[in-house]
Amino acid sequence: MSTAPQLNSQSTKLYSSKDSGVRAELSQIDASIRTSAIFFVISAIVWLMVGTLFALITAYKAHEPSFMGNQSWWTFGRVRSAHLNSMALGWSSNVIFAVGLWIMARLSRSAIRHGGLLLIAGVFWNVGLTVGIGGIIIGDITSVEWLELPHYATPILALSYAMIGVWGVVAFKFRRGEHVYVSQWYILAALFWFPWLYVVAQVMIIWFPARGVVQSVTNWWFAHNFLGLWLTPMALATAYYLIPKVLGRPIHSYYLSVLGFWSLAIFYNWAGVHHLIGGPIPVWLISAGVVASVMMVIPVIVVGWNHHMTVVGLHRECWRSPTLRFIVFGAISYTLVSIIGSTMALRSVNEVTHFTHFTVGHAHHGVYAFFTMIMFGGVYYMMPRLLKREWPSASLIKLHFWGCAIGITVMVVALQTGGWIQGLQMNDGSIPFLDIVKDTMPWLKARSISGVFLTVGHMAFAVNFFWMLFAAGAVRAKQGPTLLQATNEEGAA
Amino acid sequence: MKNLPLLFCGIFFALAFSFAGLILTSNIQVGSLTQTTETLVPSDDDPNVMVMAEGETLYPMQIVGLAQQGKQVYIEMGCVYCHSQQVRRQGFGADYERNWGPRQTVARDYIMQDRVLLGTMRTGPDLMHVGGRPLNADWHHLHLYNPQITSPGSSMAPFPFLYETREIGGAASANALKFPPDSDYGPEPGFEIVPTRKAIALVEYLLSLKVNYSLPEAPILE
Repeated sequence: MSTAPQLNSQSTKLYSSKDSGVRAELSQIDASIRTSAIFFVISAIVWLMVGTLFALITAYKAHEPSFMGNQSWWTFGRVRSAHLNSMALGWSSNVIFAVGLWIMARLSRSAIRHGGLLLIAGVFWNVGLTVGIGGIIIGDITSVEWLELPHYATPILALSYAMIGVWGVVAFKFRRGEHVYVSQWYILAALFWFPWLYVVAQVMIIWFPARGVVQSVTNWWFAHNFLGLWLTPMALATAYYLIPKVLGRPIHSYYLSVLGFWSLAIFYNWAGVHHLIGGPIPVWLISAGVVASVMMVIPVIVVGWNHHMTVVGLHRECWRSPTLRFIVFGAISYTLVSIIGSTMALRSVNEVTHFTHFTVGHAHHGVYAFFTMIMFGGVYYMMPRLLKREWPSASLIKLHFWGCAIGITVMVVALQTGGWIQGLQMNDGSIPFLDIVKDTMPWLKARSISGVFLTVGHMAFAVNFFWMLFAAGAVRAKQGPTLLQATNEEGAA
Repeated sequence: MKNLPLLFCGIFFALAFSFAGLILTSNIQVGSLTQTTETLVPSDDDPNVMVMAEGETLYPMQIVGLAQQGKQVYIEMGCVYCHSQQVRRQGFGADYERNWGPRQTVARDYIMQDRVLLGTMRTGPDLMHVGGRPLNADWHHLHLYNPQITSPGSSMAPFPFLYETREIGGAASANALKFPPDSDYGPEPGFEIVPTRKAIALVEYLLSLKVNYSLPEAPILE
């Protein structure tokens, strides 16, 4: 990493580099991406709130089906899909465009030139997505999982993505310095992988449908890789960048990062077929998916160990820094969710978990407890650098953390316990189907309650963010970064 | 890492590998499947080669007309998010015991579909063979109008917006919903509830979902 060596590896007191030249350069890079990054974060937070609202409606409808049941617009299948797309393409992708591109620019020591174009592309992304979500609600949903947006919205997204993603590549192309840091590999790869996946999936499923279940294979190759090759690399890049940054200590092992990156690149993209275990597709395809899913243990353990060894002994600092509190939660979740995921891919386990709420819990474990928590951490670190202001309220950050941490834990435990029972019952042909439905109810109600916790967390985040954006917290800049425990020490947020 | 060409190649080939292995290969393998007769017979030229029996019906059949329109309603309503359309083999899950189909479904069963709706969720039962179950159109209409009428305790969404409540002028409509006596969900006296074209199409589609034919690789065993 180009800037890490300047940091004193023993101290966490440094707010930023001692070298004024490095600080000035970073400051200049931050300034070049400021407007577009802030636009992307605002968009991300708006979509997060919209997606949360759709999620609450969906969760409630799952146990109260007559709720809002009189209009076709708000029927379960559509609201659920509006939720998924708001979160996947609205919240997740916008926050990636903000944090991912910012990290890429910083590590490449390359300012974003013509940032206005990036901003315009970002506007188109969000316009396209708004049109698409509206389309889902009015009934133009495709009913292809993770690709629900109607055909008139997706070209807008694809074109605007090309205009956004290219800035990361350009920043990398004009990089300065010899070394390329692990975060840059992940970001570069993801920027390249995502459009490939998206275009292939659109063409082979929607525009020129492939024959029969080739569509399903393509569908899950895309959908699983949306998490594995788009969200995951971006979250790992963020963790790899910020853990050493905040702690002022280099990453534990360069070689482990190389191993982690390449094993992820090789194995993850074969894993998606495990969503079709037992299904009507050639068995060798499924076996390939199962093998790749189990092999994912390698990158997960390697990355987890590398992160763990980097923070070991500095747990107090991790807890004190808002950034690291979220990132460490996310990093631990990555290990957990991935091990569970590899286990779920085994045929005997999948026989129980497939087709149940267990999978829904698993999806949220990955996208939320891992990816989203890390990106929250990224936003907590990035915004003070972009705005030259501090977060106005430590209490709101704590509320955000606890709302999300408790909410997602309750959700994953409820859905996976309920889902496991549901799976066992479903495999016992003597239990009537409606009895199974009734037995899932308490768990689905628990999910609705978890949604309330998450909503509180998100609102605390949004309030703190807009409070900061509209300058009320400007005074905090003089007092040093906002930390989560009363202390006289200074530290990086 | 300093070897950038290696980085680029690695990033490219990592995905190219799975794209070729999973997508292109399955496109060659599954994409070449065609309709076939239920059983194969030895060829006249070479008894070791099995060929389709001449003159027999080819399966799977293409759904047409109203059922095809009904599939569009199924897509619009997002049914796939709670209902799968795939029957797993006997001994893997309880699909067979639950009468979700007389045999497992295989890749060839889906080749005539322009959009494949395998699904990955069974909040509700599998529907691959729902048309082969002893449920008639009247039952399906009541169930779609409000699942609580036919299946109390169901968590399925109701679809009342696919039906119209009308005042009965003269004789009652033949296709009006036939509520059980004393139903809490029936219309006011003097009114009737009739399916819209979308509801009729959707039920037609559901009734068309049947695995009532054998394939050489997946025969129905009595």
